[in-house]
Amino acid sequence: MDLNLLWFILLGVLLAGYAILDGFDLGVGILHLVIAKNDHERRIMINSIGPLWDGNEVWLVTFGGALFAAFPEAYATAFSGLYIPFMLLLFALIGRAIAIEFRSKQKQGFWRGYWDFTFWGASTLATLLFGVAVGNAVRGIPIGMDREFSGGLLDLLHPYALLVGGLAVALFAMHGAIYTYLKTEGELQERVHRWVWRTFWLFLAMYIFTTAATLVAVPTATANLHSFPLLWIVPVLNVLAIANVPRALYLKRPLYAFASSCASIAALVLLFGAAIFPNMVASTGPEGTSLTIYNAASSQKTLGIMAICAAIGMPFVVIYTVIVLWIFRGKTAITEHSY
Amino acid sequence: MDLDVVMLSRVQFALTVMFHYLFPPLTIGLGVVLAFLLGMRLKTGDARYEAAAKFWTGIFALNFAMGVATGIVMEFQFGTNWSTYSRFVGDVFGSALAAEGIFAFFLESGFLGVLVFGWNRVSPRMHFFAALMVAVGGIFSAVWIVVANSWQQTPAGFHLVGEGDQMRAEITDFWAMVFNPSSVHRLVHVIIGSFILGSFFVLSVSAWYLLRGKHIDFAKRSFSAALVLALLASLAAPISGHFHAQQVAETQPAKLAAMEGHFETGDGPAPLHLFGIPDQEAGVMRYGLAIPAGLSFLVHEDFETPVTGLNEFPRDEWPPVLITFASFHIMVGLGVCFIGLTLLAAFFRLRGTLFEKRWLLWIFVFAILGTYVANMLGWMTAEVGRQPWVVYGLLKTEDGVSKSVKANAVLSSIIMFGLLYTTMLALFLYILNEKIQKGPQPLTAATPEGGGALEAAAEHIDPARRHAADL
Repeated sequence: MDLNLLWFILLGVLLAGYAILDGFDLGVGILHLVIAKNDHERRIMINSIGPLWDGNEVWLVTFGGALFAAFPEAYATAFSGLYIPFMLLLFALIGRAIAIEFRSKQKQGFWRGYWDFTFWGASTLATLLFGVAVGNAVRGIPIGMDREFSGGLLDLLHPYALLVGGLAVALFAMHGAIYTYLKTEGELQERVHRWVWRTFWLFLAMYIFTTAATLVAVPTATANLHSFPLLWIVPVLNVLAIANVPRALYLKRPLYAFASSCASIAALVLLFGAAIFPNMVASTGPEGTSLTIYNAASSQKTLGIMAICAAIGMPFVVIYTVIVLWIFRGKTAITEHSY
Repeated sequence: MDLDVVMLSRVQFALTVMFHYLFPPLTIGLGVVLAFLLGMRLKTGDARYEAAAKFWTGIFALNFAMGVATGIVMEFQFGTNWSTYSRFVGDVFGSALAAEGIFAFFLESGFLGVLVFGWNRVSPRMHFFAALMVAVGGIFSAVWIVVANSWQQTPAGFHLVGEGDQMRAEITDFWAMVFNPSSVHRLVHVIIGSFILGSFFVLSVSAWYLLRGKHIDFAKRSFSAALVLALLASLAAPISGHFHAQQVAETQPAKLAAMEGHFETGDGPAPLHLFGIPDQEAGVMRYGLAIPAGLSFLVHEDFETPVTGLNEFPRDEWPPVLITFASFHIMVGLGVCFIGLTLLAAFFRLRGTLFEKRWLLWIFVFAILGTYVANMLGWMTAEVGRQPWVVYGLLKTEDGVSKSVKANAVLSSIIMFGLLYTTMLALFLYILNEKIQKGPQPLTAATPEGGGALEAAAEHIDPARRHAADL
């Protein structure tokens, strides 16, 4: 395995880590307005992710930094090409952060109502935009001979990209619902339970629909499965993990359901990687303009140095993540230190 | 109107980076304070340390959230607005940024949750460890971001590959890149600046309580402890600044010339301008007041050697002289004020009369603003003084911009950032003020010393000071 492939995989790991971890707190945001019925319940939902969302978002920051370092051409083309969606994404991420921070600092109904709405809207918009970005990466964007994005905003808001955006919202909503189920008790938990099922069926419908659309609209997405038949294990695992969610729920083992939901997300990220490889950003423009893990990469020396950094740093990251999740295990309660 | 993408992107970067930098210095400064307080709580078991740590943690968390929310913008913006720059530097600059994520942000953000929400969940030992990790994470983050920025100032450990549009820098020696000529000087100066800001923040809040007659014991102790850090950091700043400026004279002579408003090399000693208005068009200093041979002495440690002036560089490679000169000189002037103020306060503190000097306490209430301005101006000197280069001597700022981004897209995002950040700043100040007015929680157990116990008892009796745990 060469360093370019290693970094493609490591970026996949960072993306999967981000999607699994921030996925549940984005999902809590997406469901915030529909599940919680009163101020106390809303605070329970926000505080269930209170100590964690910030650390979760670091996976995105590190993914961005690693993309910049390992594949600067892909970073530069994608970020400047998707200027407007990425600016909207930034506004959404900022809006979410300040909504969580400010919401419970004042008691007035309009204040809290405003931030609840912002938290919901920003979480939903951010998730939708992540999905749109993934959809565009799978489908490809117009890139010119100068390696610059040569399309317009409408190229990015293609129905297929929007469909993947919808899939992301459904996926994170389900993931967030299962997470909330783990963190709540009593009547609220019963209501969450109904939403776990609703979001599961929604996700399943979106999953089937998106899979069909991908097979029709993006024939190249399955090329790698044909060249490397061993990769079929990924969609198989994906389907098994998704199927295990209702099974675990039926068995009343919510932690197992959450693990299955995490595995489904990991498998979807793997599937995304299998669909685009060896491209980082596929081009719908002239032949040879796709940015691949070879023509968009940094030097071998830098990829090697970064691999050493990752080898030193990532075990620690996994240790902190586990420690912090362990410290804040169990049901969420409101204390004087809560949001 | 024909709007220029380069200018708009520069305005947006300046706006977003300056707004972002309102928060990290306090994170770094207060992080150290929190680690100290929780360490003392672990060592002595004194409830006053816990009460103080809880109070500052509330402010730290608010400030941290603002820093995170505005920081993610910076990382995206290299790609969105400066994609040609990103292609050119990705191999080098991107590595430092990724290292910041892996080594600093995970540490900082992971343990922040434990620090802020862990009061009833973890032992004092674990809590201290979390505070220490947050403080260390903040400093690590400064290390990597200053390394990345210093490489733009004094590039080292790289070679150029490719031609024309395809040209880019690649690392040849990682450690030479990390320890490029300016990174250690600049890191030390940034950390000192953060310590000054953090300690003046504590001084400001404590002085306010003393003037209002609230939380007296807490305020006196906090003021005295923060004064030690403020004095040491204020004294260290010009020393580190001096060595940094000598390095700038050697590696970025045009920047130093602009900082000092030094237009002509001449053949004799160079004067040190204390005041003046540099006229970039005419290439002369107007209304200048200068110490003869002062600059030669500071740069070369003798009174004869000429200092390279701006005349050695083509006009189109001059930085904006007025901004660089003014921001540098105001920063130095503020630094002198910090030394004067902290020395004066230390003198009165040793004589035991500090807390009666209401006029001085009033100055300390507002001096915090000066430390924010000084930190900001330091970065302005560094960044404006590097112009017209984005990577010194290698890539001009105007060549680093994204080619596929349209002017109206950038204009729209500037307007959005402007609105969003104005709102955020207003809310931040409002909530910060509320937290400060509310003050530390009264102590629940009587403490051994008389003053503390009385204060705690007084707090306890007064129901207005008691705050239900509803927030």
